[in-house]
This record gives sequence, C-alpha cells and structure tokens, in this order.
Amino acid sequence: MSRVVIVGHGPAGHRVAELLRARDPRMRITVFGAEPEPAYNRVLLPSVIAGKLTAEATRLTDHGDDRIVVRTGVVVDDVDRVRRVVLTSDGEAHPYDDLVLATGARCFVPPLPGLVDEDRNPAGNVVALRTLADCRRLEGYLPAARRVVVLGGGLLGLEAARALTERGHDVDVVHMGPHAMERQLDAPAGRTLAAVLDRLGIRVHAGRTAMSYLDGGLALDDGSTLPADLVVVSAGVVPDTDLARRAGLQVGRGVVVDDRMRTSDPNIHAIGDCAEHAGLVPGLIAPAWDQAETLAESLTGGHRPYTATRTLARLKARGVDLAVIGDGNHESDDAEVVTLADPARGRYARLVVLDERVVGAILLGFPQSVGTVTQLFDADAPLPVDRLALLVGRTAAEVVDGPEHLPDQAVVCRCNNVTKESLTAAWRKGAHNARDLADVTRATTGCGGCAGVVEGFCRWLRDAQPAREHPLLSPTLVQQGSDRVRNPGDLRQPVPDVEDRAGR
Amino acid sequence: MVRTHCPYCALQCGTRIEPSPDGVLVTPDDDFPVNAGRLCSKGWTAAQVLTAPDRLTTPLLRRRTGEEQRPVSWDTALEHVVARLRRITAESGPDAVAVFGGGGLTNEKAYTLGKFARVALGTSQVDYNGRFCMSSAAAAGSAAFGVDRGLPFPVTDLASAEVVLLAGANVAETMPPLMGHLDQADLVVVDPRRSATAERAALHLQPTPGTDLALALGLLHAAVTEGLVDRDYVERRTTGFDEAWQRAAEWWPERVERITGVPVADQHAAVRLLAAARRRYVLTGRGAEQHAKGTDTVSAYINLALALGMPGREGSGYGCLTGQGNGQGGREHGQKADQLPGYRKITDPAARAHVAGVWGVDADDLPGEGPSGYELLDSLGRPGGPRALLVFGANPVVSAPAARRITARLASLDLLVVADFVPSETARMADVVLPVTQWAEEDGTMTNLEGRVLRRRRVVDPPLGVRDDLWVLRALATRMGQPAERFPAHPAEVFAELRRASAGGLADYSGIDPEELDEPAHWPFPAGGASTPRLFLDRFGHADGKARFRPVTHRDAAELPDGTYPLRATTGRVLAHYQTGTQTRRVPELLDVVGEAFVEIHPETARRTGVVEGELVRVVSRRGVTVARARTVESLRTDTVFLPFHFPDGGRANLITNPALDPVSRMPEFKVCAVRVEPLGVPQPTNGSGDR
Repeated sequence: MSRVVIVGHGPAGHRVAELLRARDPRMRITVFGAEPEPAYNRVLLPSVIAGKLTAEATRLTDHGDDRIVVRTGVVVDDVDRVRRVVLTSDGEAHPYDDLVLATGARCFVPPLPGLVDEDRNPAGNVVALRTLADCRRLEGYLPAARRVVVLGGGLLGLEAARALTERGHDVDVVHMGPHAMERQLDAPAGRTLAAVLDRLGIRVHAGRTAMSYLDGGLALDDGSTLPADLVVVSAGVVPDTDLARRAGLQVGRGVVVDDRMRTSDPNIHAIGDCAEHAGLVPGLIAPAWDQAETLAESLTGGHRPYTATRTLARLKARGVDLAVIGDGNHESDDAEVVTLADPARGRYARLVVLDERVVGAILLGFPQSVGTVTQLFDADAPLPVDRLALLVGRTAAEVVDGPEHLPDQAVVCRCNNVTKESLTAAWRKGAHNARDLADVTRATTGCGGCAGVVEGFCRWLRDAQPAREHPLLSPTLVQQGSDRVRNPGDLRQPVPDVEDRAGR
Repeated sequence: MVRTHCPYCALQCGTRIEPSPDGVLVTPDDDFPVNAGRLCSKGWTAAQVLTAPDRLTTPLLRRRTGEEQRPVSWDTALEHVVARLRRITAESGPDAVAVFGGGGLTNEKAYTLGKFARVALGTSQVDYNGRFCMSSAAAAGSAAFGVDRGLPFPVTDLASAEVVLLAGANVAETMPPLMGHLDQADLVVVDPRRSATAERAALHLQPTPGTDLALALGLLHAAVTEGLVDRDYVERRTTGFDEAWQRAAEWWPERVERITGVPVADQHAAVRLLAAARRRYVLTGRGAEQHAKGTDTVSAYINLALALGMPGREGSGYGCLTGQGNGQGGREHGQKADQLPGYRKITDPAARAHVAGVWGVDADDLPGEGPSGYELLDSLGRPGGPRALLVFGANPVVSAPAARRITARLASLDLLVVADFVPSETARMADVVLPVTQWAEEDGTMTNLEGRVLRRRRVVDPPLGVRDDLWVLRALATRMGQPAERFPAHPAEVFAELRRASAGGLADYSGIDPEELDEPAHWPFPAGGASTPRLFLDRFGHADGKARFRPVTHRDAAELPDGTYPLRATTGRVLAHYQTGTQTRRVPELLDVVGEAFVEIHPETARRTGVVEGELVRVVSRRGVTVARARTVESLRTDTVFLPFHFPDGGRANLITNPALDPVSRMPEFKVCAVRVEPLGVPQPTNGSGDR
C-alpha cells in the first residue's frame, strides 16, 4: 500500500489526488495545502473579481472520503529525502513513498518604493492577484478605489483589468513591453488590442516602467504620474521552488522534471506551475492537468510520457475576443503568413502556416473562427485551401433565391419531396393558391417550413399573369426555348406552361 | 373513414384512412393537435407498405443450415419453434432462450412479449431496440425527475415557446410536423452538421462529434458566471446544485471552445437567449443521447434547464424527443431487461409481487434483471449465452452497432425466429419467419412522445395467412404449456390486464378507457383519477418532491481519431426513411428520394482523400467497412463524415459503429467513431480491420 504525499492543493495537486484515487483505491494520499481554505480553481478568479462568482463557487470538488487526507493551512517546511519524510509547520513528520511537489508559483512584485513593504510583501493599496485571499484583499480596497492601475499587461493583467471595468472602475494598464502581451502578439495586433481596450475604458500605457507608488500616484519612467487608489500587480509569476531547493533537487526556473514528471530524485515528482519540463514552465492550467495525468499514470504503474501541450492563450474578457494559438509571432522564410486587418472594427488576424498546418495564429475579433483554428492546430490537421474563409469563420447565411431563380428540379418541400416542377405542373392544372397546391402536391403539409416559399411561388405566378388573361393564352408570357432566367425582374420569363403551349 | 395514427415515429401523427381502389388512402388528420393536418412523405405513403410486393404472407422455415427458407403452415412453423425451444431449454436452461422486442410494437404487444418471456419462457434474457433509442434520456430523466416521460407536457405547449434549444435533434427531417409547433420560437440547434433543422435556427452550435457533454457543461458554466441562474427555483425545487456546479466549474467556455469548436460568444448567446425568454424548452434527441456518455450528456442538459428554472413550470421545461412510434409505451410495459409493466423495476420485490399477482404466477418464479440490448445480442451463441432468439418488431442486423459482429452472433444461433411483415435483413437470416400484421391491419394502443395513449385502429384485413403478434404469442405460449386464458389474443383484453398490471406504477394506465382515447389521456392516469397532461407542476417524482442535479463531467469519446482513422463518423437519419428502412425502402416514392447508402463529406476532406462526389467510397473503422456514395457538403465540419443508417447489406452504417456502452443506460456509441474514407479503388489491407 503506497503512501503518496502531495505538497500543494491548487488545481494540479487536487487533480493528481483525484486521478490517483480513481486509479488505485488502496493508495494512501495526503495533501498539504498552505492556504487555510479548501482547494479552489484559480482560473475562475477573474470571475470573482468581476463579481460574477462567489469565492465558494470556485471550490474544487471535495475528495469526499478518508482515502485522501487533506491538511489545509499546513506548510511543508522540509523534505528528508533519506528517511523519505516531509516535515510540516505543525511539527509533524509524514512518511512518503512518493512525494509530489505541486507548489505552484508566486506573484512577482517589483521592489519599488510604496509598492512593497519592508518584508517585500505588497504594501497597502497594492494587491498581487494569485489567491482567493488576494481577491478578498482586493475586495476590501475596491469600494474606495475609483481609479485602479494594473501593473503588467499580460494575459492575466488584462483579464483583471477587464473584470475591474465590468465593476465600474477606471483602469489604466502600465506595461513595460512595446505593447500588451508582446510575447504573444505582433505590433499590429498590439495596436488593435490597445484600441479595443480603450473603447472598454482601459488605457494601456505601453513601454513604460513604474518607478514608485507614493501619495496615491504611480510614477512612471517618463516622469508622468498616474493617479491610483489601488495598484493591482500582475507582473509575472515565479515558480515556487523553495522546498525543492532546500531538498537539494535540481532547479532551473522551476523544478526540473523528465517526461514522467520525475525530479532529480526518482521518488519526488513535480507538476504544474512549479515544474520545468524541457526548459519550459508553461504556467497554464491545461498543461498542469495534462502533467497530473502523466504522473498519475506513472505512479500507478503506467507510462504516458508528457509532451509539451500545444499552447493556447485565450483571453477571458467580456467584449474582447482574443486567442493566440501556438506561436502566433512565428516568422520564417518557408512559412505562409495570412493577415487580415480591420483596425477600425478592432479586428486583426494572423495565421502562420507551415506544411499546410497551423503553427500559430493570432485572432483578435474573430470569435467564430477561434474554435475551428484551435482544433485544426491541436489535431495537426491540414488546413482548408481557402484560408480567408477559415479566418472569417462562419460563412454568411445563404441568400434564399426567389422562386424565379430556382431550377425546375429544386426541391421546394423537403418533407414531401415536391419540386418546383411539380408545383408548376399543379398550377397548370388549376391549383392557384397554397391550399390547392398542398392538396395536389402535399407541399407545406410536412414541417410547414416551405409555406413562405410556396406563397411566394403563388404570388410570382399570379403577378406574372395579366389579371384578365389565362396564362396559357398570354403570348407575352412565353419565351420559348429558354429555361433560364436572365433577369430576376423579368416576369415574362418563368412561365411554367411552355411545353403545354408548344405541344398543343 | 377511420381515424388512426401514422405507423412511423413517436409523434404518431393523426391520419384518416379511407378505402381506395389501390388499397387505402392516407390523409393527415386536421383535428389531432400533434400534427394538425400536417404529414411528411413517409406518412402520406404509408399505405404502400401494406401492399409491399414482398409482403410476408406465410410462415417460412429453414429446416437445416444452408437450406432455403420454405413456406410452411402455421402449425408446422409453431411446432418447429416450440420443439426447438423445449429442447434448448431442457439442455441449457430457460436463459438459453432470448427475446428481442421493438419500440414500434403496440402497448399490448410489448406487454405480452415481456410477459411471454418472463412467464412462458421463464427467461431473464429480454430486451428491445429502444435500448438503442432513448435509453440514455430515460436514465437521465428518471434520475433527475423520478419519472421518465419523454415530454412531460403536451407537444402543443411548444407552439408558444419563445426559445427552444434542440440538442442533437434534427426534427425538420426526423419529425417534420413537429416543426409546425416550433415556427414561432427562436431555435438554438446543437448539431455537428448544418442539418435541415440547423438551417432554421436562430443560433447553430456545431460541436465536434462526441463533445456534446462538454458543450452542455460550458453552457451551465456560462449561465452561472453570467448570473442567469434562477436561485430561488434552485433553492425551492431542486437538490444537488453545488456538486453539479463543482464539475461544471471546470468547463469554462474558453476551454469548451477548444474541445467542441463552438465559439465562446455562441455559448454565451445560447444561454442568454434561453435565460431571457419566459417560455423556453430544452429538448434532447439521439444526437445527445447515443454516446457512451449519453446519460451524462442528457443530465448536463437537464442540469442547465434546472439551473435556469425551467422544468415543472407551465410553458417551460425539459423533454426528450422519443424516436420510435411506441418508443414511450414500449419502454413502460416490460420488454426491457430491467423492467416490469407500469415502468416498474424488476428488482423491486413489491413490483414483482404486484405483477406476479396480475399474471397469476409466483413472484419467486419471475426471472431477474437480464443483460442490455447490445450485451444480449453480443452473447448470442457464445458459451453460456442464449442459443435461441425470438425477434419481434426489430431488425438488429441493420440497427445494432458493430453490425458484422452482431450478424455473426445471430448466425451462430441454434434457432432464430423473426416475426415481421416484410422480409427484413434479420428475417432473411431466420430459421423461422412468422408473418404478422402491421399498423392498419390491427387494433391496439400506442403511447406517443408526450405520454399520450392513442388508439391504433384496424382499417383493412391483413392478407390471408398473416396473424397478429398477440395470436402468435398466445399460440406459442399454449404450446409451451401455458393456460390459454393467461395469454389473451384480443387487444382489448390485453389492455384491460395492462391497466391492472400498471396500476400504482410510475406509468399508471389503470384509469384509461380505450374507447375514450379521442380525448387526451396522458399517463399517469390512475383509476378514478384523470389524465396528466403536465407533470411536475407541483412536485417532481422523487420522494422529497424535488428535482435532482446530477454531477457530471466530460470525457473523450470512446474512440478518438488517429493517423489510421483520422475522421469522426456520425450516423443518423434522413427524411425519406425510417430506422432500418425495412418499411420505407419498400415505398418507391421514398426510394426515389434517397435510394442507397451515402456518406456526407466536406469537399476539402474529399479532395485530400481522393474521394469524388457521386462515386462509391469505402468508410473504414476498426469494426468493419461500409460502402456508400460520396456527397460533398460544404457546411460539414472537415473532420466529420455523416452516414444514414437506413440501408442494408454492404451499405449498413452500423458496420463501422462502435459498441462502447454507456455505463448507466447501456446505450452504444452510435454517434461517433474513428474512420478513414477512401475511394473504392484503393486496395484493401489484409489485416488491421478485424473484429475486436
């Protein structure tokens, strides 16, 4: 009966505990969560900030039985790798057969005057958004905060900014790079995004560095000062590797793991935001869950090597539809690049194609095509030839032609397989309204969806006849030898009785 | 002129039948509210099935394997069947004989078939093709509401809806007259294909086949984060919201978009449409249900409906669009492996005692729960499995998944008996074929998708030599030693017994007078009580009166595309045909519309695979190969192909389908499997496509 200790009860630690229990009911699992509350889903925090979800609504499922022991508010201080025990803040020692580090990451807060206190924690009126506790702190400041500055224009910073404007706050974003999300976006995309955000009440100050936060003003490197009742810091995260370092494990940017999520000690594993695989710390939930699957498989005797998940950065912000799929900034000589720019309407697309496959895409303001392009990217599937149609997404609704444009064999009533030809034949035999046509041909008697078309058909034929004349006797209506309409307005054209007249 | 109902789908459109020089003339009934004068081409032409040129009019017997089926007398056929059944039962026990019924049988037939299996044969091995139809919706509906009635409200209520979400239901093709009740509503249609129904939608959500569950979870997620949940309703009328939300919380719309391909904006738009309307419905069809996670998918849609406060309110609700003509009644009266009449559980001692009392047998002698449809068929002829099978009103050679495998199981039987009115593909395999009556030749009752019990009326005499199924079951039962009075052959007598058997059950028919069925009679209709057109207005069917959220989460389809099988195949129906096509393929007018198997494929995908529009192609999965004519369809997803399942032989769509089963409903995964498509000219590999 193997004992697994998991350090960290965020989404990665929670997921691996669930997967392990499902795969091996005899396993004894202990999870330590440093935060004093049950596990919750960090991805949902922007919705909490926007006031759409309560803190409770972000709770992850209770593990719900005694095979998983969850210790919240308990910090693991040290690992004794020789004795295979972890030492916790409450003075206990817990033995393990396998140890999982899912310690996550911490916000980076620039050590500027007024931004941090003497312990380098966020100062008053400064919040770094990572945890539910951070959200609660933010909530405490918000009532008095009219003007908010978000420091950092990455994905999370922009999501926070949008959530705050949804609650009626004025938001400035200060971003060091040349434009927001510059690692994912090229310059035109960045410009268009800034314009879109501006319309939503978010002003992006790009290429600017904060210098200090004093007297309710955030001073920038160009000498200007932004009034700020509150500063939200979203300037990146740092993998939490303290415990791994103390334990003497190999650590780069994160805890270094192989493709089974093993660290340099084969009995210790790392997943999620604290783990570095193949030189990368993905920092997203999809790879973290994927790593949890790999690890659960590995710890229960299977093998499912982790390969870096194809990345998708999808901004969750109402009114801004932005997705960066793979490497949207990709540049190379052999790549085919398709761009579509409509800055006035806040739309920009860049599709990078290599060997008929998507290697990257930036889609801003193309909500209909993100899903399709992402799925083609995920499946590594060849692209349709018409790249623009792909980018534009859903094709426009089909224009329904008037009856005069329909070919004779066109099915007007699908339910009863009635063609235009059979309708005209019925008309010829005297069925001159929809009711009579229905009796003769059954058209409109199924789903009724063609009722409008049949009415139109009647109108068209009625209009085509001079009132006093019988259509069969009206030479002006006949245009022999032609079965196609050249002019939609040409009412002489569509006469159904050419054959009758000609043949008799 | 006689008023009766169409022989096909669960709408059971009212029709008027008059004698005509060529037999009978069918016209739609203006006074029956479900169709109100509408009828699709199948209904209009239904009379032609009565006079199908190859109509079975005499029993057929194949005395030895390899011989032809030859006409014999009824006595010879029945004696042969009974002699074999006796021998097999004596050698291998009662469970060596199995029964497979159908959702098109009248209530009386379905009831008698289940009774015949449990009492005359003493077998637990009885199930029916409804397992392949709405079993997932039935399981999810029962779990949520405590009662499963397809629509817990009259169909006509839909006519005043402002918004209707149709999840995996292509009603414009499969139930055209229903569209007459949906023309006022904004439709939100969930379908991987731009179906005829989707074309009429205000919003079409086009998910990857096999991802409907993720989409339903995304919709619930969006409803919660948009603040659209009816908190008061959830508090007063439901339990389990928090647990269901904890699962849905993991499926935010952006994540769902990646899995389903459905735009985030459309997910939000769909829930906003539903939430903003006062009169709104969520309806599921086979597209949501025929999955190895069909029950959970329907539960996810019910969760959405509950969160928005829809079920149990007049003018709003959740419903399942039952498929087969008597798909509703067929699942209530005991031809299902786990049920006894009145929608009772066969494992419930009180239910067993009640039904045994009506049947005049000892409750201890009633067999227990048997295997589900696919498992039953897959066990035929295997060690310990049934050696004989009696089929009534079903055509599993065409309708069962992994058709090649199931056909081999049927071929391995010591005795296959099929009662049908035309030589279906399954009848052609049979040792004994029993020619029976069809719709306009028989009396009885049907229960349509709104739980309304209807009269099917005899209008014409059956051809000479044809017998009613009730007569057949009685003849077999008495030859097996049952007292004749235990198996009445007159529908009215059977219905009278069914009323008693169903009394006190969920589907209580005890108060229904079959002579009064021109008046609406929706079950439950207890003796001394009244029809129940709308269920749940005051309370749901669980003991606490509350509806239950069911916590569900998404997982992948049982089979995902890979390098060898890169596409997803989904199966379904077309307007001109019904189920396995046994009836509609015998109507020239319908065959003219669609005469052979076809496969819809995106032009891009066709180009890449070398497939040419109009040519025959092979569609290959791990289970087998089917041959169909290619139709290129631009509105299709490039990763998906579609095949209708109405066609026989080498064109059976079910040759490729995946028999992965839903853990609760035991529904096979008809709606998604991995395939490749290739021109017919490509040489076949010698391995790699064998049965598993």
